[in-house]
Amino acid sequence: MEEIAKKRLKFKVFRFNAERDYLPHYDEFELEVSQDEVVLDILNKIKWEHDGSLSYRRSCRHGICGSCAIKVNNKPVLSCKERVFDLVEIFGEELVLEPQDKKRAYKDFVINKSNFWEKYNSVKPYLIAQVDEHPKSENIVSPEEAEKIEDADYCIQCGNCFYACPVVEANEEYIGPAAFVKAYRFTADVRDEDKKERLEIVDKIGPGVWDCVKCFECAEACPKELSPITKITHLHNQIFEEGVAKSNVAVRHAVGFKHSIKKHGILDEGELVRYSEGNFGVLKHLPEAIAMFKKGKIVPPWKMPKSKNLDEVKKLIKSSSTTKF
Amino acid sequence: MSKLRYALYTGCTARESTPELLKSTLAVAEALDIELVLLDEATCCGASHLQDFDDFLSLVLNARNICYAEKLNLPMVTICNTCQLNTSLTKERLDHDEKLKEKVNEKLREVGLEYKGTSEVKHFLYALVDDLGVEEIAKKVKKPLKGLNWAAFYGCHNIRPSELQNKSNGGENPYNPTSIDRLIEALGGNSVDYEHKNKCCGFHVELQAPKTANRLSASALTDAIDNNADAVVTPCPLCHLRFDVQQHNISKEAGREVHIPIFHLPQMIGLALGIEPEKLGINHNVTEPDFIS
Ligand code: SF4
Ligand code: SF4
Ligand code: SF4
Ligand code: FES
Repeated sequence: MEEIAKKRLKFKVFRFNAERDYLPHYDEFELEVSQDEVVLDILNKIKWEHDGSLSYRRSCRHGICGSCAIKVNNKPVLSCKERVFDLVEIFGEELVLEPQDKKRAYKDFVINKSNFWEKYNSVKPYLIAQVDEHPKSENIVSPEEAEKIEDADYCIQCGNCFYACPVVEANEEYIGPAAFVKAYRFTADVRDEDKKERLEIVDKIGPGVWDCVKCFECAEACPKELSPITKITHLHNQIFEEGVAKSNVAVRHAVGFKHSIKKHGILDEGELVRYSEGNFGVLKHLPEAIAMFKKGKIVPPWKMPKSKNLDEVKKLIKSSSTTKF
Repeated sequence: MSKLRYALYTGCTARESTPELLKSTLAVAEALDIELVLLDEATCCGASHLQDFDDFLSLVLNARNICYAEKLNLPMVTICNTCQLNTSLTKERLDHDEKLKEKVNEKLREVGLEYKGTSEVKHFLYALVDDLGVEEIAKKVKKPLKGLNWAAFYGCHNIRPSELQNKSNGGENPYNPTSIDRLIEALGGNSVDYEHKNKCCGFHVELQAPKTANRLSASALTDAIDNNADAVVTPCPLCHLRFDVQQHNISKEAGREVHIPIFHLPQMIGLALGIEPEKLGINHNVTEPDFIS
């Protein structure tokens, strides 16, 4: 029989009890771990053999209920899916186990997830359609139509993407990746009758998709490999396709690239800022513009470089554009 | 080893707001005996914004850029993380979807081009550490970065999404990237260990959400400073613009003095190779380093 590899590893475990503690602390455990064990096995081992007061959520142990999500050395994981040996390969032999969001801990790994659910509910996470209770024919969705949803309906609401998203932390209003995935799951559903209204919700500056910094943390964090940022891009596209886009700084910024490329091939940075902000709004960037000018970081319009074979680019923009604004 | 040759996709910033990036890249390539052929035909990659407006147009334009590297029969190198993302993402999508590739080629053929998928696309950082090798670079160090603590800031679009990036970044782990740190040590400097090295600077929302952008930058820079960094170094000109040009606004958001010089990766390498600061465009940096004589 093949021998099972084992390692003695050190675990630093986040401990906090909101009813009693002012600050969290870390308990250390040295445990023997075998190659097939997952993070949840470690939590169980600590609870069952060392300290029965350790609290964490888990249920299915099959990567489907989404309740066991935590962070190990800042990497979001599903405890029941992540092999400890894989983590050792990335981080070495000392692993730090923490809740998804330390500030929201009630007890150890159990956090107050209400902000996740509030955002989730804000996109109306259910099908909105007039259902004929006595239909005369089948309501058929073709395979091609169903494919549009991609994998957006596989989300298990674990919250890994949400608590990995830096914008969720910086901007309280931000709807966040999981709810955007859910919004897309319905805006891409041919049966749904509330597409526009949903797009209006995610189009708002502040809570909406325009505040995403495109860091791809959500794509990295998702245990179901749903790539929330890809759905965010689809939502952006739908916002234009459905004529929901408003003329604001973020929208003009996205559209401005096309104008610039048409004119120069490469981007006219100064003109993009002016076009996005408007003639008045652009003035607030004056201090930076002056600092940059002094350092030779601003190309004057008459020296603006152009791509070679620009006529090609112009032709392609004409033939390949698919959206208007 | 035969001479390394690449087609250089400069991106827009290196030709406008960060001229020092292009200068230092060319100077370092020369010192390391790497040949870079400039792709003057290339356009802007759309900076991860154009595709929000028009995904297909963005694909066609990025595919066109790659065509020019293919024509030269050279792998393409990028010097901006976001250029790397947009270019490699286009390549990935076209290489794995014959139908989409054909749709794009239909347009490209009208201007006499065809996307084939024959050129690799990688960031210059990985051409240096993976193709040339850290040891080779170490051999050419003339002025070791002794006594200086460098905080590597990796920038999102070189390390995430890892499934895509791992094809060209030597398998860098997005939760524990090491390439720049290894490079710093090889150049004789101390690499700073800090939590935010793999986080986002916030550049892409600078216009619509300056508060978010400044908050993210403030977390990163104060973390570097609190871990005794003397300087920050980044392979991404957008991260550089954010940290270098916006440092006064980042200070305001941080509620404390944030003062630290920001370098482009080839600027740091160039200093260690003994290239004069002038040739590396250090005079263009807004945050002036006080340790360069
Ligand atoms: S890509 Fe956007 S949604 Fe995803 S984690 Fe980053 S900011 Fe959040
Ligand atoms: S999108 Fe992925 S990471 Fe986010 S909640 Fe759903 S399953 Fe979890
Ligand atoms: S770190 Fe910021 S500027 Fe650099 S690639 Fe990521 S989002 Fe873009
Ligand atoms: S216990 Fe259900 S997903 Fe892990």
